Amino acid sequence: MPAVTSPPPVPSRAEPTSAVISKEMLLSCDSIHQIPRSIQLPVVQVNTLSKQLSAEFTDVMNEIWANEAVRSAVLISSKPGSFIAGADLNMLEACKTAQEVTQLSQDGQKMLEKIENSPKPVVAAISGSCLGGGLEVAIACHYRVATKDRKTVLGTPEVLLGLLPGAGGTQRLPKMVGLPAAFDMMLTGRNIRADRAKKMGLVDQLVEPLGPGLKTPEARTIEYLEEVAIGFARGLANKTVSAKRSRGLMQRLTDYAMALPFVRQQVYKTVESKVQKQTKGLYPAPLKIIEVVKTGLDQGNDAGYLTEAQSFGQLAVTKESKALMGLYRGQVHCKKNKFGTPQKEVKTLAVLGAGLMGAGIAQVSVDKGIKTLLKDTAQKGLDRGQQQVYKGLNSKVKKKSMTSFERDSILSNLMGQLDYKGFEKADMVIEAVFEDINVKHKVLKEVEAVIPAHCIFASNTSALPISQIAAASKRPEKVIGMHYFSPVDKMQLLEIITTDKTSQDTAASAVAVGLKQGKVVIVVKDGPGFYTTRCLGPMLSEVVRVLQEGIDPKKVDAISTAFGFPVGAATLIDEVGVDVATHVAEDLGKAFGERFGGGSIDLFKLMVQKGFLGRKAGKGFYVYQEGVKNRSVNSGMDEILEKFRVPANPDVCSDEDIQMRLVTRFVNEAAMCLQEGILSSPVEGDIGAVFGLGFPPCLGGPFRFADSYGARQLVDKLRKYEAVYGSQFTPCQLLLDHASSPSKKFHQ
Amino acid sequence: MSSMLSSALRNLPVSSAWAAGALARSLSCSSQFQAAVQPKTKKTLGKTGVKNVVVVEGVRIPFLQSGTTYADLMPHDLARAALQGLLTRTSVPRDVVDYIVYGTVIQEVKTSNVAREAALGAGFSDKTPAHTVTMACISSNQAMTTGVGMIAAGQCDVVVAGGVELMSDVPIRHSRKMRKTMLTLNRAKTLGQKLSLISKIRPDYFAPELPAVAEFSTSETMGHSADRLAAAFGVSRQEQDEYALRSHTLAKKAQDEGLLQDVVPFKVPGKDTVTKDNGIRPSSMEQMGKLKPAFVKPYGTVTAANSSFLTDGASAILIMSEEKALAMGYKPKAYLRDFVYVSQDPKDQLLLGPTYATPKVLERAGLSLSDIDVFEFHEAFAGQILANLKAMDSDWFAQNYMGRKSKVGAPSLDKFNTWGGSLSLGHPFGATGCRLVITAAHRLKKEGGQYGLVAACAAGGQGHAMIVELYPQ
Repeated sequence: MPAVTSPPPVPSRAEPTSAVISKEMLLSCDSIHQIPRSIQLPVVQVNTLSKQLSAEFTDVMNEIWANEAVRSAVLISSKPGSFIAGADLNMLEACKTAQEVTQLSQDGQKMLEKIENSPKPVVAAISGSCLGGGLEVAIACHYRVATKDRKTVLGTPEVLLGLLPGAGGTQRLPKMVGLPAAFDMMLTGRNIRADRAKKMGLVDQLVEPLGPGLKTPEARTIEYLEEVAIGFARGLANKTVSAKRSRGLMQRLTDYAMALPFVRQQVYKTVESKVQKQTKGLYPAPLKIIEVVKTGLDQGNDAGYLTEAQSFGQLAVTKESKALMGLYRGQVHCKKNKFGTPQKEVKTLAVLGAGLMGAGIAQVSVDKGIKTLLKDTAQKGLDRGQQQVYKGLNSKVKKKSMTSFERDSILSNLMGQLDYKGFEKADMVIEAVFEDINVKHKVLKEVEAVIPAHCIFASNTSALPISQIAAASKRPEKVIGMHYFSPVDKMQLLEIITTDKTSQDTAASAVAVGLKQGKVVIVVKDGPGFYTTRCLGPMLSEVVRVLQEGIDPKKVDAISTAFGFPVGAATLIDEVGVDVATHVAEDLGKAFGERFGGGSIDLFKLMVQKGFLGRKAGKGFYVYQEGVKNRSVNSGMDEILEKFRVPANPDVCSDEDIQMRLVTRFVNEAAMCLQEGILSSPVEGDIGAVFGLGFPPCLGGPFRFADSYGARQLVDKLRKYEAVYGSQFTPCQLLLDHASSPSKKFHQ
Repeated sequence: MSSMLSSALRNLPVSSAWAAGALARSLSCSSQFQAAVQPKTKKTLGKTGVKNVVVVEGVRIPFLQSGTTYADLMPHDLARAALQGLLTRTSVPRDVVDYIVYGTVIQEVKTSNVAREAALGAGFSDKTPAHTVTMACISSNQAMTTGVGMIAAGQCDVVVAGGVELMSDVPIRHSRKMRKTMLTLNRAKTLGQKLSLISKIRPDYFAPELPAVAEFSTSETMGHSADRLAAAFGVSRQEQDEYALRSHTLAKKAQDEGLLQDVVPFKVPGKDTVTKDNGIRPSSMEQMGKLKPAFVKPYGTVTAANSSFLTDGASAILIMSEEKALAMGYKPKAYLRDFVYVSQDPKDQLLLGPTYATPKVLERAGLSLSDIDVFEFHEAFAGQILANLKAMDSDWFAQNYMGRKSKVGAPSLDKFNTWGGSLSLGHPFGATGCRLVITAAHRLKKEGGQYGLVAACAAGGQGHAMIVELYPQ
């Protein structure tokens, strides 16, 4: 599709999109077969798709309009699993200027307008992802029939790439589903399942997927979808079917209210303030979307379409959009297994330790069909872990994305146990026991006594070097690190750590398991703190120093979220747990020395002593109470902060300086990881930082930020702080290299 | 040995049509003797060391659309009527019956062991134990095969099996919240406690809970699944309507010609005697074509007219070991031979039980599809029957889903449900199995066949098939 907008958040990008237009005759069924019933549009390279597909599509439509025997048409994709998953990013990135992108948008608008105004009804038969430009095509048609399966999702994910629906979507969607729902779709970019889409009025009819018949379920379902769609196309042409939807009372009332300019203004205002609050003004796309919708509704279609195309062009060249697209590409990159297919698929997984992490790992494994043994040492801990898995799955039942029967049959594959029964059949063991090298060694030895020869031992640790753990192993080639992030079922990242001795097949197997669990996987070399924990270390140390300098936790949070971090820096420490942070800071401090200094570790130690362990203890920098949303600062901290108070140098304590002190230390350490070969590529560094640590997505990760901010400027800042604080801010060689040759970029 | 001998003797050729059958299977008697006595018959299916089980008689009360004449009765009343009918028809002495098994699907909570309540009321000996089984639409099949097992195991000689369903009245419950409140109320001691409990009752507590004809595992109603099944096999609305029309037409003909001998009259208290099924209504394609889809709206193909209707009814069958039947002087109607139960995916293959069960039971019996003279398949939906026929006739399906090398083949419609089926006669869930077996026996006799194949699908994605062999005349 030309000028259609965004890519899907699924890794199907590499495959070109194909579409089939099947023509429907009003003659008998037999005569349909006498002329080619469907025309397969040529599958071409996506980056040339734009003009070529547009031409082909127009040809077919012209033929449909010209042929008197054709009374209606059905638009259907021949590829199961994808209606039209959106446009190609290359096409947008190939554009040098905003004007070029605007032109693409206008071409798309024109083509879809033609479909909308077609005298012969066009029905979209949707199976699989119908996203971005695909959705815009669908809503330009006169009627939509969609298969009600999990693969069929509709949505406008453009905002997630810093764009907006640029082929008339911003104009048609509000008319179709109402203003509030349209804003929700366009501003969140969320995927909408077919049944929900039907309720919203986004599709007109649903087709249940079929089981096996005389063909595979997939093939027959597509065929059936086409048959049903043809039935409706025929009905529309005959006027026995009306495209007008019956609207419920609520919907009619809403529509009536939205027709009043006064009410609309109120809606804009509410939505705008909500967006401002959530994005802190760091993301231009949501505000543009509101503006474009507003223009269309208040000033008419022509103005609306024009603004849409222009805004689309402007957004496409923003650095935010480039950062988000980079992340999208990185995500796709990290959904591939670069080690190839493992020799043996992991069918039985054992998880040691049923704590928050262990149970989380068990949950994301067992619901993907992996038989999972969850072992703990105490019944109470095991019960808690099993309950966590149950609760996680049951919340999906409550949201109706899973049936109670599916939940039960998934849980039947989860074995909670206190002994090593069944470990002789395990293909992989992931330990998530207490972070203490002696404990890790103990379980490693116990486990190795019972597991089969091929079984992989993975350690879920956030800081202990894997080689140190593997030292106790009889077969270090089978030992690997799998660092999950909490909560496991929500956090997308998995950091896999290989040692010099880890075999390729072990790595392949760990990545395969991670991908199966739905994770975005980065693979890094072993070292203290690996990549993610290591980057976080200096930044948190700096946070402590800032606090010591007398900035209160609320202010620290405000400053960091204003920069784009989703969680404030002080809150982050509470979330991680002060005891864990202390532990990690000590370890890393020993390994890296002065560079990881800054804040006083004794402050943490005192907090631990006082029981201010963070959220899990109910008290940290803040006080946490069940059901209380606006948490207050822990007054018990005043004394501690006072005790560790250091004088602040006003030269480096403006809000911006504080932000830069946090971020430059982060970026510097990330660059050092790349320099030392811990990281194999900047892409993985960006993905790890954004998805694991909440590095501001609008900046695209530390390496993209270094590119866009400029290595030179970054080094200047580091030097400025170095002058005040010393070697903690000494820029690494790699950054210096980039700073001295401006053409050097981490991302080309 | 005497029974073996008698069994062998009964295998004398009774019809020249059987002469073509090959003697492929070793018989229950010495082959020498067999070969000498009956060279030109189809083999019989008795097995060495396994008792022959025979059907002496089977009856059913007329199957009525729910909400008609039986509307005010209770399930055990219907079962009782069938049992009494069986007693009258066979004059079997009550104390001879060793055991009674009944099948039912939607249980009346007051008579959860409906077999026992019905047997007591029907005048069976109170010394005869009775239990109730449930396996959705193959509940009475399960009742019969339970009896077969008891006889084969030498535990019983005479078993009455049957099934009952009363769809005119189903248990509608209070909501769970209300039930909980009421149960807690039982335990409340003081007036204050009681009042505080009562004060917690909210309007939504009064919303009743209806039993659904839906799969518990998938929450899909059976009609919806049937519609998807028909679509999966490309069965058109027209084909379904034609098949339903055929069922009604054939049932009407059988009824008019008096072929439905298993029906026993039932004098309903306060109402007239019911003598025949009331759901047989041959219509026209035009009339049927006007109906809107009942499940997949608005474009589905399964309608009220091409589905089986909600039915009240009961059936009962008297089965015995062959020796016992002969010793008592009965002339059995048929042998109950090999049977199988199968199960498969309850979502997409909910109603494909017959497809899976048919080749399996044929294999067990050492028969091929062409050996079968009479097919009695349970017709849940016209679309379901036609989908099964297509599945049975598909090598692709056999290879990809059943793990078989090739298809079993589709039965010829000339031999298939020629006296109507569940679509027209009605389908009281728990009672249909016995109707299928006794109809197969009657048709074998009438049409001069030897083997009948009974098959049915059931909720839960299960299925059943059994070979019925005509008792030598």
